[in-house]
Amino acid sequence: MLGPAALRPSAALKTLAFGSVALWCLIAAFPIFWITVMSLKHPVDAFASNPLIVIFGDRTRETGLGISTFGLAVTAAALFSAYRIGRGALPRCASALSRAVGTRVAWILLSAAYILITPIVAIVAIPALAGSLDPLLGIFGRPIVGLTADHYVSVWVEGEFYRNFINSMTVTSGVVLISLTFGTLAGFGLARTRAKIAFWILIAALVFRALPHSVLVTGYLPVFINSAEILRPLFGEGAPTLYGKPLPVIMVLVAINQPFTIWMLRSFFANIPRELDEAARVDGCTYFQAFRYVIIPVMWPGVITTGLFSFLVGYNDYLVTSLLLDEQNQTMVPAITGYFNRETTSTDQVRAVAAAVSITAPLFFLVMVFQRHIVRGLTTGAVKG
Amino acid sequence: MLIFIAAPLLLVLINSFYVTASKFETVETESCTPGIAGEICVTELRTRPLLDEDDKVIRQTRYVGLQSYRNVLELEKAAGFLINNDFRSILTIDFWKALRFTLTFTFITLPIMLAAGLGIALAVNMVSERFRGQIIFVSLLPLIITPVIGALSIRWLFIGDGILTAALEMILERDIAMFAQAWTVEVLILFYRVWHIVPFAFVVLYAGLQTLNRDTLESAIIDGASRWERVRYVVVPYLMPLIVFLTVIHLMDSYRVFEEIVGLGAESHVISLQWITYDYLRPDDAGNRAISRASASAMLTMVGIVFILALPLRQTWRDYHPRRK
Repeated sequence: MLGPAALRPSAALKTLAFGSVALWCLIAAFPIFWITVMSLKHPVDAFASNPLIVIFGDRTRETGLGISTFGLAVTAAALFSAYRIGRGALPRCASALSRAVGTRVAWILLSAAYILITPIVAIVAIPALAGSLDPLLGIFGRPIVGLTADHYVSVWVEGEFYRNFINSMTVTSGVVLISLTFGTLAGFGLARTRAKIAFWILIAALVFRALPHSVLVTGYLPVFINSAEILRPLFGEGAPTLYGKPLPVIMVLVAINQPFTIWMLRSFFANIPRELDEAARVDGCTYFQAFRYVIIPVMWPGVITTGLFSFLVGYNDYLVTSLLLDEQNQTMVPAITGYFNRETTSTDQVRAVAAAVSITAPLFFLVMVFQRHIVRGLTTGAVKG
Repeated sequence: MLIFIAAPLLLVLINSFYVTASKFETVETESCTPGIAGEICVTELRTRPLLDEDDKVIRQTRYVGLQSYRNVLELEKAAGFLINNDFRSILTIDFWKALRFTLTFTFITLPIMLAAGLGIALAVNMVSERFRGQIIFVSLLPLIITPVIGALSIRWLFIGDGILTAALEMILERDIAMFAQAWTVEVLILFYRVWHIVPFAFVVLYAGLQTLNRDTLESAIIDGASRWERVRYVVVPYLMPLIVFLTVIHLMDSYRVFEEIVGLGAESHVISLQWITYDYLRPDDAGNRAISRASASAMLTMVGIVFILALPLRQTWRDYHPRRK
């Protein structure tokens, strides 16, 4: 047996490895970091070609908006602790609380609290604190970095982006709920059956997973547009036009997402020992009782993971929502094209940047809280698929 | 699944053989205006849509066979270019242009993704364990960011005199406009996709590395294998199933390339197969959607995916059905 010394890389190699990892992290995070910085500046600063001007926001500072050294320090400390709480304390709290109210409720409560409280602290508490203490601090209280939240205000309040946000949430939650309901049942069935058709269903799912989404939309679109005429014999005069409504879009997205959901949940269920539900059956449970009392309590990790990916399908979609929804029901991602298609002023552009950052922020929190689940989801498909 | 996926597909197939259009009639009209020397009369032929009793435009659906496919493929034109050995001109036809781009895109990003993913996975494996959580956290961001938004964020870095364009101009000492010609836009699209997909390869391969048996590595060392040889002959063969898996997923996903083109605003320079269908489905200035042509191009896209999937599917078939004797 060799000691670990033989496996240890040389110093040069280690430096190389460290350097390339650092470079990768820089490349990975930089675009997201940079649009966040841009969204907080005056348009002249945001599209300046000198990076220092973008960071320090000269023009923004001239208009009297900025943050002092002290404010910067407080913000950095707050961000750091928010990160620590999100990754360390929150999961621990959840597991402590779960003894009292159950795992699901604990997670939902804590995530909701976290997502609500963090922006309030960032937007209201810190500026208030900095504003009241800055005049007393002399040189540390003088603004050094120009910052403005104007673009966010104009996007969310004047641009009524909250409507798009609500639409996004409707579509996304619909997709998650429906695909999980059918996915768990189908996945469980496929993991337990020995029938030959199960193999064919899985192959069909794989083929459908590869299907370009536009192909499916092409099938649905004419039907939705003419749905009032098609459905008239069934519903009479009140037959609805499906085009532009959220519900049909949820249906299409579920159809797109379902093959993936079924594959993923099947491999999760295949990991739950068959003996578990067989034992319950021997003890006199019916098939559905076995599912309800034995499988449901142990399936949550798999369901949360699959739910996360279903969430991403609904939340990130552009193609389906932009084609099938009308103006009032538009979700956030297609709505943003309204800003950058205009391209009239650089103010519009910065507003689009602010909208883009608003769309990204929830995803950021999602990775922070559910990193473990996401990694498991990515690797489950790979190893077991 | 059958109702919600297979039925629409069938509908697409049927739609691709039919064209719905407004019915037109040509009428001769005579309009006269009073002039000094008497009335000046102009007779002209006008095309106007036929109206029914309710004054609605009559729309008619008729069977056109493969006409829509011909409209999408423009085979005669392409054949004409082929005969004249004018390969470049074929790429002026939308469909062939899109096909060319989709295929180059797929096969250029594939090796870059695998190599970068493996490289980062090996490097992270060497870095001390304390930072790994944070590294994975940062790496996941490009993967789960909304694709359109990710492409937009790259675009904002380069647009006009964006900071990265300015930096490039300083290094190369020449004027650069990233969005003015097709190849730079294409490079940006490739860059975006690599940025977006490398984390996936990295996470999967990194998870695979964790299960690598240390004894195998140690015996390789005893046999005198250098670090490179160990990677080449032990690690890569061990990770091979994962690499195959990543390849299949990547083929499926990059064949669908679409969001980058919207996000980077590249449609005037570079288009993909899925973008063509999307474009046909969007209402044009008159509010009409070219459903029939969209169906035809969707079916052609489908044919492509069958080709791409044929190989992995055969493999799965063999796995499930060991040779019968």
